[in-house]
Amino acid sequence: MTKSTDNAVTVRNVYKNYGSTEALRDLSLDFPRGQLTSLLGPSGCGKTTLLKIIAGLLPATSGEVLVNGEVVKAPGPDRAFVFQDFALMPWASVIRNVAFGLELRGMAKSEREGIAEKYINEVGLSGFEHSYPHELSGGMRQRVGLARALSVDAQVLLMDEPFSAVDEQTRRKFQEDLLGLVKNENKTFIFVTHSIEEAVYVSDQIAILLPRPSRVMEIIRPSGFRHKDVDSIRREPEYLDIVDRIWASLRSYVE
Amino acid sequence: MTLFGYKLPNMSSLILWGILWEIVGQIELTFFLPPLSEIFATLIEIGGTTPFINALKETALAFSIGTFSAICIGVPVGILMGKNQLIDELLLPWVNLFLSAPLTALVPVLMVLFGFGLKSIVITTALFAIWIIVLNSRAGVRQINQSLVEMSKSFGASQLDALTKIYFWAALPEILSGVRIGFIRAVKGVIIGQLLISIVGFGSLFELYASNFLMSHFWAVLIVLFALSFIIAEFLAYLERRVDYYASRR
Repeated sequence: MTKSTDNAVTVRNVYKNYGSTEALRDLSLDFPRGQLTSLLGPSGCGKTTLLKIIAGLLPATSGEVLVNGEVVKAPGPDRAFVFQDFALMPWASVIRNVAFGLELRGMAKSEREGIAEKYINEVGLSGFEHSYPHELSGGMRQRVGLARALSVDAQVLLMDEPFSAVDEQTRRKFQEDLLGLVKNENKTFIFVTHSIEEAVYVSDQIAILLPRPSRVMEIIRPSGFRHKDVDSIRREPEYLDIVDRIWASLRSYVE
Repeated sequence: MTLFGYKLPNMSSLILWGILWEIVGQIELTFFLPPLSEIFATLIEIGGTTPFINALKETALAFSIGTFSAICIGVPVGILMGKNQLIDELLLPWVNLFLSAPLTALVPVLMVLFGFGLKSIVITTALFAIWIIVLNSRAGVRQINQSLVEMSKSFGASQLDALTKIYFWAALPEILSGVRIGFIRAVKGVIIGQLLISIVGFGSLFELYASNFLMSHFWAVLIVLFALSFIIAEFLAYLERRVDYYASRR
């Protein structure tokens, strides 16, 4: 099996300072290809900072990030970002928002709209192609953000607390859909969250980050229930054990 | 507005002031204020004449070139100021200075620099309009949602892409309201230019009628001018309302 040794993204000894504050200290982490890795931790532990460094949106103070063996210097077509606040262009229709990444690559309009339509359909928004973001609910807007990230066909999907701005029921639906995506899309997902249950539910690998200074405390790989049905995961003893274990170790860091 | 339970149509106060004006004019309180009916009669009388049409054309030409250049220069400069700290620090003092400066006092200098023709009038018009356009475009860019900027970067947008596809559109509501106020100021600019630099266009009509105490002619031209700037301002306000749907949700 090559799966266990092949990493899509590698973070090596990354430091990030904002002036005199240390946001990340000597952080190293591997992200196996085709799997979903969660970055989990209390607020202020630098998980979004790490994600933005991987995206190439923020420079690391030192250390390096490798994507498919190449050092990251700037954003690239091998990575796509899903934003916490959706980051949709309010003046553009759903289809233009979804096709925006392709538009920036200079793809012809008919071609990129064909691709966009396919992904709009895939995230369950058919019929809303020509709606505007303000006409959609929060959950639907994040589906647009997701379709936009999928349409550029990047190998690595970076998701910054993508479900934190949607309501609880939509969130559960999203989590189930995300498991389907990981299974079918053959992409590497890096998923930032502060919800322990969410991380355990969706992840192949959970990296628990601790704040001040940020470091990886523990890596947990839930394995027993990954192939189980989406409905029964939350009743699995292993799921419950891991949730408890993570909470026990994070408890002391929560004010 | 509602009065005694009746909803009054927009601008019904104008009717009240019109009646008052007519009464004051009819009792001949002052030669400065002829009756409104007489003004409109004069307006119809001079409205079709060649001097009036020519004056209208001259003024419209200077006004269009002036405001067009004010937009073409002001909007990009404002966007760059909002985007780039260095450019902002360099230019902001000047923009604020000229925004509040008595530009009329600069007109003689412009005449020395650019002569007595259309060029000087156009520059005067542009100078009246441009500063508020710059400031509003800058303000529009500064309130942009940072994650939209990060989004465009993460999908590989070039600097130019970001400017034309993100910054401009995100700032559009503010840009439009800057353009609207700029146009209203430009009306002042073009008339001042046509009065002070060379007596052409509506400026020459004002000069001619005022110096001959033809007050109903004077008011007729003023009403035409008011009506034209009102229409332009209302049209821009309409465009602003068109983008309202996203102004509050960026």
